[in-house]
Amino acid sequence: MLPYSPSQVSEWFGFREAARAASPSELERLILNQSRVARLEILSMIQSAGMGHVGGDFSVIDILTTLYFAELSLDPANPLKPERDRFILSKGHCAAALYVTLAYCGYFNPQELSTFMQPLSLLNGHPSKGKISGIETSTGPLGHGLPIAVGVATGARIQKLKLRTFVVLGDGELQEGTNWEAAMTASQYELSNLTAIIDRNRLQQGAGTEETNGLDPLDKKFESFGWEVFIIDGHKPLELLRAIRKSPGNKPRCIIANTVKGKGVSFMENRAEWHHKVPSVEQNSAARAELSL
Amino acid sequence: MITVQSHEGGLDNRIAFAETLVNLAASNPKIVVVVSDSVGSSSLNSFKATFPDRLINVGIAEQNLVGVGAGLANSGLTPFICAASCFLTARAMEQIKVDIAYSNAPVILCGMSPGVSYGELGPTHHSVEDLAWLRVIPNLTVTVPADAIETENVVRWAAEANKPTFIRVSRHKVPLLPGSERTFVPGKAHTLIEGEDVTIIALGTMVSASLGAAEQLNTKGIRARVIHVTSLKPLDEELIIKSARETRRVITVEEASTIGGLGGAVAELLARSAPTPMRMVGIPGVFAPTGTVDFLFKHFGMTSEGISATALELISATS
Repeated sequence: MLPYSPSQVSEWFGFREAARAASPSELERLILNQSRVARLEILSMIQSAGMGHVGGDFSVIDILTTLYFAELSLDPANPLKPERDRFILSKGHCAAALYVTLAYCGYFNPQELSTFMQPLSLLNGHPSKGKISGIETSTGPLGHGLPIAVGVATGARIQKLKLRTFVVLGDGELQEGTNWEAAMTASQYELSNLTAIIDRNRLQQGAGTEETNGLDPLDKKFESFGWEVFIIDGHKPLELLRAIRKSPGNKPRCIIANTVKGKGVSFMENRAEWHHKVPSVEQNSAARAELSL
Repeated sequence: MITVQSHEGGLDNRIAFAETLVNLAASNPKIVVVVSDSVGSSSLNSFKATFPDRLINVGIAEQNLVGVGAGLANSGLTPFICAASCFLTARAMEQIKVDIAYSNAPVILCGMSPGVSYGELGPTHHSVEDLAWLRVIPNLTVTVPADAIETENVVRWAAEANKPTFIRVSRHKVPLLPGSERTFVPGKAHTLIEGEDVTIIALGTMVSASLGAAEQLNTKGIRARVIHVTSLKPLDEELIIKSARETRRVITVEEASTIGGLGGAVAELLARSAPTPMRMVGIPGVFAPTGTVDFLFKHFGMTSEGISATALELISATS
């Protein structure tokens, strides 16, 4: 298990303080700048590993940054605090985005990011619980996160813990039936302490979700399963925060975050092949240039 | 020689399992139960009546069942997940591997009515593959209590162990084994009868039948040693190697497939450390025909008579 990084934790804590004091537009600027830095880091990791899932990393990173840098109640120096908010990345193939986020919160030293997927690295290609702190459960096979999140939220309810549970799902993974089993349980138990955020980039590994095994109308599906549904732009942190902060009723909430696969790099955006394509040296330079503007 | 009670006078381990859980839950508020519409089949009506808020029923959805259990453990609770072993293991295998074992979630998976418990309902409801499947998963302790006392001991141990655990809770009535002061220690097996001619290593419901076989063999002048395994994984390697060396012949007996379960575990161990002629009694890698549990036990030689016949054949083949 990698130790937490005290200096990084204090930097993150400073960011949270600044975010709390910031005006809405300033807050959005702070978060988007942080995720721009994260995108550059992800590019380096994938370049050096020669593997990764850049498209999904870039569609989800604004969501992760918003949660970890402006919303979740966490203490990276005390990662097992019982009342911490829980976050589960169900689309575990986007581990690089999660690792960057956790590292910049100080769960471990960001220097470790360069070991991503190297032999014996603790940064496996999919998040592995017990290797670094801040990973609540190992993920990778799709359709696992929501049932686990339902269990956490149920356990919090039983123990009268105030914690909130967040899970990020890929849209393609909603083709796994387990999500719908868990969606029923969440509404049966009225888990208003549970939020599922769907990274709706409309692309899966090989093609569009709608031409593969269509999900639309996704909002109606979740509504009919007893969830409160919000549709937002997943690259606008304020929209995400507004949906999360709306006072809960008695339903679990589903935030459909419309996103762009490969967001931030023009030649990657909305193209299925960037699901797990590794940029060439030239593409990497071009991508870095776009992200450094 | 120990005399065992007949099957007719035996006990259903599910009863001891459920009573122990209710007793433990009274003093341990962290214990919760998760079921997949399996309250009755897991004998949990009393738990439900006593602790209605601590029984989570996810309906007929075993993958969700195991995932929810992993989440409950993450929240700080000690979940006992109870479902028919056939559905719990086959349907939710990836959740058991990833959410429980790989994530090291302290969840107790309780496979109810395993083996051929469901008799005439057929191979869809039999769970003879569960031990082979689970044994290869890292981090998971695999236990098979043989009688009511042992079921209580294993449940009490699991509630405190704080690690991924599988408990195979049999339905077929079995007599109480000798000795009421037994304790459960992972990786520890017990020698119930000493003998020099052959070692019978038995699991779960097959322990009493193996004791009966040893009695029958004794009348023929053959001294069978009977070892009773509760902890399939980790296995008591030291005891098994020692016994194989001393008796030169080994028979494994289990209400499970002879491929990959106890038979497989012992064969792998002995091939590495003490190659010994073996026979394996259980379901021999086939889908069972239609029949009652007792019919199937007879059909596959999983009775005192069948085990003793296997022992005689092994001794004759190796003398």
